[in-house]
Amino acid sequence: MANGESIVGADAPAGGFVQLLTPDGERVDSVTTADGITYSVDFTDDEYRELYRDLVTVRRLDAEATALQRQGELGIWASLLGQEAAQVGSGRAMRPQDMAFPTYREHGVLYTRGIDPIMPFGLFRGVDQGGWDANEHRFNGYTIVIGSQTLHATGYAMGVTMDGKTGGPDGEAVIAYFGDGATSQGEVNEAFVWAGVFHAPMVFFCQNNQYAISEPLERQTRIPLYRRAAGYGFPGVRIDGNDVLASFAVTRAALDNARNGQGPTLIEAYTYRMGAHTSSDDPTRYRIASEVESWKAKDPISRLRAFLAKQQVADESFFDEVDETAKTLALSLRERVLEMPDPQPISMFDNVYPHGSPELDAQRAQFAEYHASFEGSDH
Amino acid sequence: MSRIKEFNLPDLGEGLTEGEILSWLVKVGDTIELNQPIVEVETAKAAVEIPAKWAGVVSRIFVEAGTTVEVGAPIVAIDTDPSAGPLPSDLPGPVPSAESLAAVEIAPAEGAVEPGLIGGPAPGGRTAVLVGYGPKVTTAKRRPRVGTPSGSAVVVPPPPVVPPAPVAPPTPVARTGGPVLAKPPVRKLARDLGLDLATIAGTGPLGSVTRDDVQKAAAGAPQAAPIAPAVTTAAVFDASREQRIPVKGVRKLTAENMVASAFTAPHVTEFLTVDVTRTMKAIEKLKGRREFRDVRISPLLLVAKAVLLAVGRHPMVNSSWSAATNEIVVKEYVNLGIAAATERGLIVPNVKDAGRLSLRELAEALNTLVQVAKSGKTPPFDMAGGTLSITNVGVFGVDTGTPILPPGESAILAFGAIRPMPWVHKEKIKIRQVTTLGLSFDHRIIDGELGSKFLRDIGDFLTDPEGALLAWI
Repeated sequence: MANGESIVGADAPAGGFVQLLTPDGERVDSVTTADGITYSVDFTDDEYRELYRDLVTVRRLDAEATALQRQGELGIWASLLGQEAAQVGSGRAMRPQDMAFPTYREHGVLYTRGIDPIMPFGLFRGVDQGGWDANEHRFNGYTIVIGSQTLHATGYAMGVTMDGKTGGPDGEAVIAYFGDGATSQGEVNEAFVWAGVFHAPMVFFCQNNQYAISEPLERQTRIPLYRRAAGYGFPGVRIDGNDVLASFAVTRAALDNARNGQGPTLIEAYTYRMGAHTSSDDPTRYRIASEVESWKAKDPISRLRAFLAKQQVADESFFDEVDETAKTLALSLRERVLEMPDPQPISMFDNVYPHGSPELDAQRAQFAEYHASFEGSDH
Repeated sequence: MSRIKEFNLPDLGEGLTEGEILSWLVKVGDTIELNQPIVEVETAKAAVEIPAKWAGVVSRIFVEAGTTVEVGAPIVAIDTDPSAGPLPSDLPGPVPSAESLAAVEIAPAEGAVEPGLIGGPAPGGRTAVLVGYGPKVTTAKRRPRVGTPSGSAVVVPPPPVVPPAPVAPPTPVARTGGPVLAKPPVRKLARDLGLDLATIAGTGPLGSVTRDDVQKAAAGAPQAAPIAPAVTTAAVFDASREQRIPVKGVRKLTAENMVASAFTAPHVTEFLTVDVTRTMKAIEKLKGRREFRDVRISPLLLVAKAVLLAVGRHPMVNSSWSAATNEIVVKEYVNLGIAAATERGLIVPNVKDAGRLSLRELAEALNTLVQVAKSGKTPPFDMAGGTLSITNVGVFGVDTGTPILPPGESAILAFGAIRPMPWVHKEKIKIRQVTTLGLSFDHRIIDGELGSKFLRDIGDFLTDPEGALLAWI
């Protein structure tokens, strides 16, 4: 493998991408892009093993969530199957002070931020509004509306600059997640304009999983998505989204650029959604089986496993232990999801105004009285 | 009791009310693990496998494959603690509770609108809306109010703050020019039925045309009182000797399309019997050529080619009637439909832009189309947008038919069986390969002259393909 001279990785789409770990589990020492930037990673054996553990764990938790939906315990689930490397690599590339703006599929990023994976399940089970303290977790709420979080992220990043929190290694950076379909939204293009013009300290992380629900990539763009960035005046780079090392290396570099005051970067993680768009979708209606099969050969976990085994960094007992631990975590998650309490009807008044209002209080009192008029009522 | 757990069919996709059990992956007595796939269910959105919610032993399957089940109805019971020994003998097995069984209800026999379509009745007494199924229009089950006599289910609504304005019954409102108001699905319905919205009196808000209005207009004059049956019900009507097949899936769609087409487009059918001996010889010649070495060549291929070439000479036959815009839309592309009998019923997938394909490409496209159709996996894209169709009734050994136009198309050719028949050939009676073509066309667009010329050209090509080719280029 020629190192340090070519951006073209194994199985790369036309135009190439940054790849540090091939689908066969071969390490590429470093990759230098046409912009003259060299990407590489320098992990200890422990760090490699923990990346593997992350990938397996987020996949296992995702599988449990999919099963829970099929069993009627979740209203809907958006599976991340196939996109683990893009999410784990970029998630682990963030520093503690960084802020993430996810879509509704970033369960892997959430996990690598050290957040309890149960956090979004209230939303999917329909027992809460999916509201959590974004500042506490450095992780904004799951955003369902396609692309709108990129504008939130850009505004937030501009605020970071105004607070004087950029310009050094301790600076704060922002990462906004979105998909290939979102690039056709006005919000995303507006965010590109604002971030470019105001030099916002942020990374636009696009997981190009090839389909906007059923609409294929060729209906979104005439050019590779990462090249759009040039038109907005900031760099764009494409990575092998199924390569956790490339995802880590490029995101880490882009975030560090941002925190040092070097402005935004667009990263296009070229990947594939192995499952349905959500549990309400049937991908066999718009994808052919051979395409899915070809992506199976590029699986993000099997390539890291092959690498770890070849390098004798890990053995079967380690892999078994990781699987077993992930399963235990998944079953514990299942139990906790099943125990989530249903919300009380009265709670609908709770998050309307921060300090209530006389009108709202009156409505709440009337509603409580009405409910108390039933036999066996808790109120 | 808690040892046996019933699994109820969940809502698998945001507002679905029912699903069809496609197949069971386990049987009674099987030991299953948590999350092991146990059943395949098809909903309006997708066919999915459902993983077991509990580990244990399958103690009962309530619903056989092929049955459509209401969401919330029990489909399987699982013994979650089989090691605890046999169940008490007085409990032969779990029986679904009366309440859960009540949820399994038979869909209404008929309705103003197709059940499940927007605006139509949905199972469970709901009204279908664009997403999900909207509120149930039934009295909600409620806990009794404190102080009300038990058994009385009177729900006293809280006194309204403002008395509601009296609601007048809907009456047709005369429109005063301007565009006709109607919701998009109603517009589509009217278009599908070939009705001009401007001619329909609207009874909806602001004089808008409702689904009911369109259906009433489609049904013609107001319904006359039903005529009393002349014969009293007698033993000859023996229900036990009748088989009732639920109308659903492809059969339902077929029926809708046939009715929509038959009562919208006035059909005419013409017939032509032709000697296709030379076509059969041409097929043999093609089979011997290197280019066609590994592709199946059938008479249908040359019939399709004949149709495509004849369309080139008479483009008007490849058109559709647009009642909404009062236009005839003549298409320069031919999406050639091929009616296919499948296990799930009749479908008409089409070869997109078939006129641009070489003979070899057309052969491959037809083969793929038919194979995919037989396997039941034709994607919706393949069935949409047909412009002209062929139905190969010959494969069933009949001579011809009067096919009904697929909605939106103006012509369909029935291609009958090819038989050796006595035929006058070169002034002598010979045994020749003969078939009958039947062409149905939409008489609003295609006059007898045009239809006849088109059919005659197809016949000429099949009588002498090489000669016709040379003459037409």
